[in-house]
Amino acid sequence: MSGAPIFGLTGAALVGLGLFGLLVQAAVLRKILAFNLLGAGVFLLFGVVAQRGGTAGGGADAVPQAMVITGLVVAFAATALAVVVALRMHQITGAATISESDGAEPGGSDAA
Amino acid sequence: MTLDGVLAGVLDGLLAALVLAAAGWTLAAPAAFPATIGFVGFGLLLTLAWVRLGAPDVALTEAAIGTGATGVILLLAVVRLRGGEEEVSAATPGRALVLAAGLLAGAVGLALALAVLALPDPAPGLAAEAAARTAPLGLGNPVAAVLMVFRGLDTLLESVVLVFTVLAVWSMAPDRHWGGRPGPEFPRQDDGPLALLARLLPPVGLVIGIYIAWVGTDAPGGKFQGGTILAAMWVVAWAAGLVQAPSVADRRVRLMLVAGPLVFVLVGLAGFGIADGFLAYPPALAKPLILVIEAAMTLSVAAALALLIAGPPEHPPERVT
Amino acid sequence: MSPATPGGSLLVLALILPVAAMLVAFVLGGRAAERLALAALGLGALLAMLVAAAVYRAGAPLAYAVGGWAPPLGLALRADGVTAAMLLTAALVLLAVALFGRTGHATPPGLAEARAPFAFWCFLLALSAALAAAFLGGDLFNLFVALEMLTFAALALACLEGKPSQFRSELRYLLFALIGSVLYLLGTVLLYGGYGTLDIALLAGRARADAPTLLAAALMTAGLAAKMALFPLHLWLPPAHAGAPPAASAVLSGLVVKASFVLLLRLWFWVMPPLAAAAAAPLLAALGAAAILAGSLVALRQARLKLLVAYSTVAQIGYLFLMFPLALAGDAEVAARAWLGGILQASSHAFAKAAMFLAAGLIAGALGHDRIAALGGAGRAVPVCVVAFGLAGLSLMGIPPSGGFTAKWLLLTSAVATGQWWWALVIVGGGVLTGGYVYRVLAGSLTAPPVTDAPIGDAPLPAAASRGPQLVALALALVSVGLGLLPLASFGLVQVGRLGAAP
Repeated sequence: MSGAPIFGLTGAALVGLGLFGLLVQAAVLRKILAFNLLGAGVFLLFGVVAQRGGTAGGGADAVPQAMVITGLVVAFAATALAVVVALRMHQITGAATISESDGAEPGGSDAA
Repeated sequence: MTLDGVLAGVLDGLLAALVLAAAGWTLAAPAAFPATIGFVGFGLLLTLAWVRLGAPDVALTEAAIGTGATGVILLLAVVRLRGGEEEVSAATPGRALVLAAGLLAGAVGLALALAVLALPDPAPGLAAEAAARTAPLGLGNPVAAVLMVFRGLDTLLESVVLVFTVLAVWSMAPDRHWGGRPGPEFPRQDDGPLALLARLLPPVGLVIGIYIAWVGTDAPGGKFQGGTILAAMWVVAWAAGLVQAPSVADRRVRLMLVAGPLVFVLVGLAGFGIADGFLAYPPALAKPLILVIEAAMTLSVAAALALLIAGPPEHPPERVT
Repeated sequence: MSPATPGGSLLVLALILPVAAMLVAFVLGGRAAERLALAALGLGALLAMLVAAAVYRAGAPLAYAVGGWAPPLGLALRADGVTAAMLLTAALVLLAVALFGRTGHATPPGLAEARAPFAFWCFLLALSAALAAAFLGGDLFNLFVALEMLTFAALALACLEGKPSQFRSELRYLLFALIGSVLYLLGTVLLYGGYGTLDIALLAGRARADAPTLLAAALMTAGLAAKMALFPLHLWLPPAHAGAPPAASAVLSGLVVKASFVLLLRLWFWVMPPLAAAAAAPLLAALGAAAILAGSLVALRQARLKLLVAYSTVAQIGYLFLMFPLALAGDAEVAARAWLGGILQASSHAFAKAAMFLAAGLIAGALGHDRIAALGGAGRAVPVCVVAFGLAGLSLMGIPPSGGFTAKWLLLTSAVATGQWWWALVIVGGGVLTGGYVYRVLAGSLTAPPVTDAPIGDAPLPAAASRGPQLVALALALVSVGLGLLPLASFGLVQVGRLGAAP
């Protein structure tokens, strides 16, 4: 049971790293990578909580572990969706970021 | 502290340092490709961390989905999303903003670290209760019992999310491509390493995938991990041009995609008649019913993952009629 | 706790009906998807009414332990007054949007199936399922899955038209929503670590004001605020909501943000200890006040109709946050009034904003553009839409009689009664600003159409839209006004299950 504190700190650090990447990376794909680091940090914390809550003889708490499995599948779906939208944006407009700097005017609806 | 304990502590520390180093590389790498490779390495190291945390089920899922399937999707995207360096550097925040972001992210990380250390001890949880209620169901793996029985609704909704996502990805296609086959079309490879791999791997992978899905109720494994391996086998054959993706209009594929959640819903509703209510199983039938759901789910997970990797249809449908 | 209250099975049906309908519609495709969606959404509205009636009759929350496993090991579905009210709001708005969509999203004749109609009907059902899961869920992790369902379905609907300008703003929306979900999830892991359960009702008795719990609440609030586009995290919303097709904008602005709102209520009024909630409430309300003023001011300056409506959402969401310090105030009667005011604001805004977006879409369709400076002639081309826009505007401004008026009046009087008069000033100021931007649109629409300076082909003559969709917009606007005609006593439903309320 010695692993919990060190992986707890690792999870917290991953959350910090992922958040930092999401804020400063400009390219969409790099943002999606950072999002996955952030998610991995959160899941690791679930793992730590599961191990802390484990019984002396038996294994770790199965409930948070099951939540991680559900969460991993959902995070994968989110990544797949974000990647496809990013690819479509790139195909159509050539853009690789989501910054507003190019003066595009979203939201207007000319030529209905 | 025993010598074993010290050794384990050193190992865990080393593993944690490697995980963080790989994460740092993923962020700092000069280009998207090495960054994504770094992410895959990160995922593999994380898999080891999950083993160390006593979570073999999660380790398998992390390796299969968090690292494998996610890695493939990201790598395919990196290859297709080139250029835009000028736009990226124009949109990269200045030093002051980076500093502010660093302070914010650092503060969140630090607060989180302190909070995790401040969690109550002994830790509250459901370990004993989940373990004790698993055996009467005829299951050997408490994680499977949580996923299929105690928190079955989570799993049901999550399998529905996969269907949503496939349709969402398909619907990103231009109108004229509707009815076409998802993803790029690869030329058929008859020799070379990929062709060899595509012929040798699937029979083995099929067996392993089905096995991992099958043992999930009693041992580490299950539909998500097994389904991912099945999907991977298809992706290898697809990338080698040996098989074509089915059209998005193909009813059989759609049926395969919804089989898991639909069987789950039907068994759940049957619970009103044969047990205590929605998603309840009669004790004698619990294991067989769960295996039926798991089988359908394995099929659906495999189909969903493979189709998510393929992406939206990229060509108009072939007119055969 | 008991596994299920009488009527609990209704909750399962309300959740499973749209799920099953979506799965079957996905397989059948084409026109069958449309028919199935209309039938399921109609039935869903009926079920929502039954749930509301059952909650009202019982005077206590309905509950259902899924699979017979009571929390903490199992998951519970619960319906109290808030759930019932929001479930009914969502079901009616979704049904209206479906009826509206019959014109624009019919499968073209000669085709077995076309992309946009197929996706529209499936995702309308998906949204219905996700909202039901979000309103009924009794477990914070189950609610995370519901939130993600909601995000994916909403994103797909928003991207339906495949316009080049859309993808950037919708991608920004997706990233904000995903970060919001992860921050929310981060909070849940701390709560599980602290209490060994994520069941809202169980947490309600156990939560302490210690460091992990407070950090969890802060992270979850930040995540949900990002998903709701609370000032200053609002910048993603206007382009994303304005760039979506009208039917999608209506559900995004009217309903999707409300799911996060209900979660925020669960967090601060149920999970967190009252003292901590009382400390956080003024901050939430201050951000809400900033949203009201900033959103309304920016809406006033918009050149495009749909962006104006979207900025108005930023402002109207702000009102929801004013209820926190008021409903947590000591006096029980004032708290009940503020509570009703908040929920009524959430509901009446859903109807009014859906009406406004549908009307704005029809106006833009009829004129061929949505520039506010050139709305002349809209009053003649689509008069019903302009009336719907105006009626919805009354509700947003808070002019009696309307649901928005009752909501804002309740909040305003609660603010005065608790001595927090500054929130009252914000409410009045927001109403005046709202009047300003609604007037701009109405005054522009009622002028004569420009006759001469339109080059051929650039600005086609206003074309009359078909009646059905216009009437749907009008019906939604009438509901948002009509909520204000009901006597206050008839809203007792909303108080059912509120902690601190007399049972």
